[in-house]
Amino acid sequence: MSDKTMSADAAVGRLASGMTIGIGGWGSRRKPMALVRAVLRSELRELTLVSYGGPDVGLLAAAGKLRRVIAPFATLDSIPLEPHFRAARQNGSIDFTELDEAMFMWGLTAAGQRLPFLPVRAGLGSDLLRVNPGLRTVTSPYPDGEELVAAPALRLDAALVHLHRADARGNGQYLGPDPYFDDLFCEAADAAYLSCERIVDSAELTAAGGPQTLLVKRPFVQGVVEAPNGAHFTACEPDYGRDETFQKAYATAAADPARWAEFAARFLSGDEQEYQDAVAAFHGRTGQHERKGA
Amino acid sequence: MAETDATRTGAAEPAGAGPQRQGAGGRAGPRAVTDGAPTRAEYCVLACAEAWRDAGEVLASPMGTVPSIGARLARLTFSPDLLLTDGEALLIGDVPALGARAEVTEGWLPYRGHLALVATGRRHVMMGASQIDRFGNQNISCIGDWSRPARQLLGARGAPANTVNNPTSYWVPRHSPRSFVEQVDMVCGVGYDRAAAAGPAAARFHRIPEVISDLGVFDFATPGRTMRVRSLHPGVTVEQVRAATGFALAVPPGVPATREPTAGELRLIREVIDPHGLREGEVRT
Repeated sequence: MSDKTMSADAAVGRLASGMTIGIGGWGSRRKPMALVRAVLRSELRELTLVSYGGPDVGLLAAAGKLRRVIAPFATLDSIPLEPHFRAARQNGSIDFTELDEAMFMWGLTAAGQRLPFLPVRAGLGSDLLRVNPGLRTVTSPYPDGEELVAAPALRLDAALVHLHRADARGNGQYLGPDPYFDDLFCEAADAAYLSCERIVDSAELTAAGGPQTLLVKRPFVQGVVEAPNGAHFTACEPDYGRDETFQKAYATAAADPARWAEFAARFLSGDEQEYQDAVAAFHGRTGQHERKGA
Repeated sequence: MAETDATRTGAAEPAGAGPQRQGAGGRAGPRAVTDGAPTRAEYCVLACAEAWRDAGEVLASPMGTVPSIGARLARLTFSPDLLLTDGEALLIGDVPALGARAEVTEGWLPYRGHLALVATGRRHVMMGASQIDRFGNQNISCIGDWSRPARQLLGARGAPANTVNNPTSYWVPRHSPRSFVEQVDMVCGVGYDRAAAAGPAAARFHRIPEVISDLGVFDFATPGRTMRVRSLHPGVTVEQVRAATGFALAVPPGVPATREPTAGELRLIREVIDPHGLREGEVRT
């Protein structure tokens, strides 16, 4: 049995500049943030990011890692607009392929199914066809003759996802209410790197949840990274919720270059353990402050 | 949901979109009102609820606080067959207060299921709109030239799919010439003119039943499928709504007032669905 466990840095070491990378989760929910932080520490650049966008988009854009973002949105959920994404769009530092949410899902599905496209109604009549001049329509060969949008396959060089549990062979399990699209990302990619809260024996997986919680299958996974709190500061229910206090600090800092430099120095200049320690310290100080104020 | 970033930066209202999670929580409004005449926000809640009257056994998908209260009111009164979500991946069997936890789960609707449900048509969504025009074209993507926007907003989200697959209404909590515009900068949600021009596959399931703002209720029941005043909330004049609209609205003679809530509806809004008065935080007084 092959053991696919590796460090986050080793997983990111398998990536190359210029690649198209898919990132799982949705908005500020179950993003593989430990892997994203490893990308921030790397020399990678000129990436094309495919994502139901959250702070993954923002952090990578702010660090100058991105050439293009392919997404239907970027949001922090409880904070509607992703400040770094917003700045990158407004200063023209990234290219943007804007898609509809469903078009995106069928594009991932097509990629996993090795199809060039899947037909969707989404996009007809909208400006998505104007801002994506490469998008094509397709006419049904059946008597209805409907002209639909051909949602292009979103084939990925690599996918990064974060799940709750996995075994060393790459079977990934989600324990929250929503799988998001993490299995589709893995299937659409030439290589997928799965981080998880905890690596367990295969036998332990079904003790934690029914067989339908086994979302990602090992043939689609090349690397397994144990990353406790690895989705922080995004939500990873039921293991932990979104760190709203921290997210607010992130968004506030991101709106101002000087404050962002301070934030990055404090939280993003070291390795993952230093990040987690800095977050713990952040909350410790917040707690003391609150007690004094009470 | 959707606090104020878009508002502060002048891009009109923040806007929900695809199967975005409906707003549980959010800022607490002023102290809850438990008696007295209906407030503007309560007329808005009622108008939103009315959008789901006779909707049948479909998912009510409200974006924003006032529509969320409206959907729950509809379910508790005249549209008992509506499906509601918990704001995450569950269909709820009971109707808790905004922000409270449901006791009963009647179904599972993760994002992938939600996106697929849109294409079945068994859904009536009420989205936000940073900009909307006379044909009901909606924009939540960006303000200015798309290639280098003056203000990047959310992105198109699920608006393109929503509008050509299931009934899509809009809630605009701040009716102004900046939100009701001559032409939107980016068509995310498809309006009547664009749906017709795009051909039968686009028009087949396209329908925009209503646009609800803090000033009134609007529809597209004109020969040219342009926006028309259906009712004005009590206290709002035709002149006021014209001044707040960046295009020529169709105004039929004798525009009625938005109907009064019943005592029972007011009690449900104030005591059962929104006891913390979150509705008052979304509508200017």
